Amino acid sequence: MQLNENSTSVTDKDASQSMAIEVQNLQHGYAKGRIDLKIENWQLQHGSHVFLHGESGSGKTTLLNLIAGVLTPQAGEVRLLGQTFSGLSARKRDQFRARHIGVVFQQFNLIPYLTVLQNIMVAGYFAKKSDDIEHRATQLLTELKLPASILQQQASQLSVGQQQRVAIARALINQPELLIVDEPTSALDAAARDTFMRILLDICHNKLTTLVFVSHDMSLKRYFSSSIDIHSLKQPNASAVC
Amino acid sequence: MLISLAVSSLKNRRKSILLTFFSLLISISVLLGVEHIRQQAKESFNRTVSDVDLIVGAPSGQLNLLLYSVFRMGSPTNSINFKSFQFLQDNQQVEWAIPISLGDSHHGFRVIGTNQDYFTHFKYGKKQPLEFEQGQAFSSLFEVVIGIDVAKEHNYQVGNEIVVAHGVGSVSFKHHDKTPFVVSGILKPTGTPVDKSLHVTLEAIEAIHLSPAKLRQLINDVDAVNLAPNNVTAVMLGLKSKFATFTLQRNINNFPDDRLMAILPGVAMSELWSMMANFEILLRVISILVLFASLFGLSTMLLASMDQRKSEIAVLRVLGAGPSLIFSLVLIEALILVSVAIIASVMTISLTLTLLGDWLASEYGLFLSANLLSMEALMAIGIILFASIITSTIPAFEAYRNALQSTLSARN
Repeated sequence: MQLNENSTSVTDKDASQSMAIEVQNLQHGYAKGRIDLKIENWQLQHGSHVFLHGESGSGKTTLLNLIAGVLTPQAGEVRLLGQTFSGLSARKRDQFRARHIGVVFQQFNLIPYLTVLQNIMVAGYFAKKSDDIEHRATQLLTELKLPASILQQQASQLSVGQQQRVAIARALINQPELLIVDEPTSALDAAARDTFMRILLDICHNKLTTLVFVSHDMSLKRYFSSSIDIHSLKQPNASAVC
Repeated sequence: MLISLAVSSLKNRRKSILLTFFSLLISISVLLGVEHIRQQAKESFNRTVSDVDLIVGAPSGQLNLLLYSVFRMGSPTNSINFKSFQFLQDNQQVEWAIPISLGDSHHGFRVIGTNQDYFTHFKYGKKQPLEFEQGQAFSSLFEVVIGIDVAKEHNYQVGNEIVVAHGVGSVSFKHHDKTPFVVSGILKPTGTPVDKSLHVTLEAIEAIHLSPAKLRQLINDVDAVNLAPNNVTAVMLGLKSKFATFTLQRNINNFPDDRLMAILPGVAMSELWSMMANFEILLRVISILVLFASLFGLSTMLLASMDQRKSEIAVLRVLGAGPSLIFSLVLIEALILVSVAIIASVMTISLTLTLLGDWLASEYGLFLSANLLSMEALMAIGIILFASIITSTIPAFEAYRNALQSTLSARN
């Protein structure tokens, strides 16, 4: 599917083209009449790597869900890569996500009974970019310092550290503009965490991928040039329940 | 891709899938088997007699007459005068008339007294005439033509001598040991009671019932005793014109010189078959219930797995799979399982029928074709698939709901 990027007006386009994420007057609540998250204005430039932190329950994951289009806001607007995301139909949002957003979770990123290659192929299938996937996957694995032989292994046989790196490979296989990473290191030990962080930032740097890294662990802040506290995004009067 | 995903997911849950598979295999086999046997039984039943327009016998029920004349089951209540047979034979409307005289047996196989016309005019199946595997029709008094089952059971060849007894049990106290017959011909398999019959002349039937003294006399000199038959059990009639059937039937029923009853075989057959209709429906209902039990087992299994699969669904969701795709994924899994079970059932039944076919034919007279794929079977398969789609929507909908609610945190 070709995304309808021309629908934005010319004046907006100049501004939005350099912006990966734009959030305006966003409101979301998990129940009617409740506002769990409210953000007046937030913009993130293309290619930037940002560390988004806040304690558990501060609304980080809710924000990520809104950005990824899994949740829809009650009010306001989310624009991704110049596209008004919150206005799209559910089906188009799913397709947009498949093509333009990579996601890495805390754990359970891979389907355990599939091989690494099959896991990556599933991502290619949903983005309808299935050609030459094995070659691209091998390249990515090399960049992630994983042996190519791992492709034929079952995901459940890998160590947690390897699984998380494979998850990055899968998230990046469709060359998304935006990578969202949610507490990816909480299941890793200190050494694995450091390796993981360096590899992640390197690869995002090389591929000019915009990275939103979410964690409550402030010790990871040192890997990033910019960081945002979720509370600073929110209106002072917003109640943060998650 | 979706299918390979579904297959991998099924493989991952081997044990519960295997159990569900066996439950499906059994229930589908029961359903298809019952359906197949039902049809085959009906077919083999309907092929028993063909091209006979009227059957005439002594007045009783039309089912009774049909059973003993065509199926050779039960005993004839009464017989009709040989003169009546001659009258029927001479009737202008009648093209041919086959006399049948019952009441004797050979090791449990029925012996039928008849004449040469039996081999030229009797037809079964789709108007197929009788054919000889070996030898030819009887030409003299002590010759017998046997059905293929009789020949196989006792390993009889043309030229063998056999003994015919009075009465129809397998063991008779009144063996006519002194009336040996020579096999003159063996008929090809027909899949009808003919295979289990021995055919002799009407005169031979008379001879069987002679006193030992007269019999000895007869064996010494064939013309010594008058063997003209006095009566026959039933007569099968072929008419020149089918339009005359009802008129002739009425005339026969009103025949003044003998008590006669004429029946239309087709009408009697469908009356007989309709008696089995309730039993047929019962069998069908039971097999459908068994099928549903295992289909619900299938959806229970899928539903129970949904909890473990929440994170899997979350992953697919994040990769861009919509809830409807997750819904169809679960449906595809169920359909793959059911399809494999259907294929396995068809193979199992075909194999069983191929292996047991001879035994069923010789033991129960059931001639079942091993080819399952009739129109009705295909319809049954369609219904099974449809029913499995219906029952699988329950777990599929659960997966759909999971997918709708799943968010980026697959932490469970």
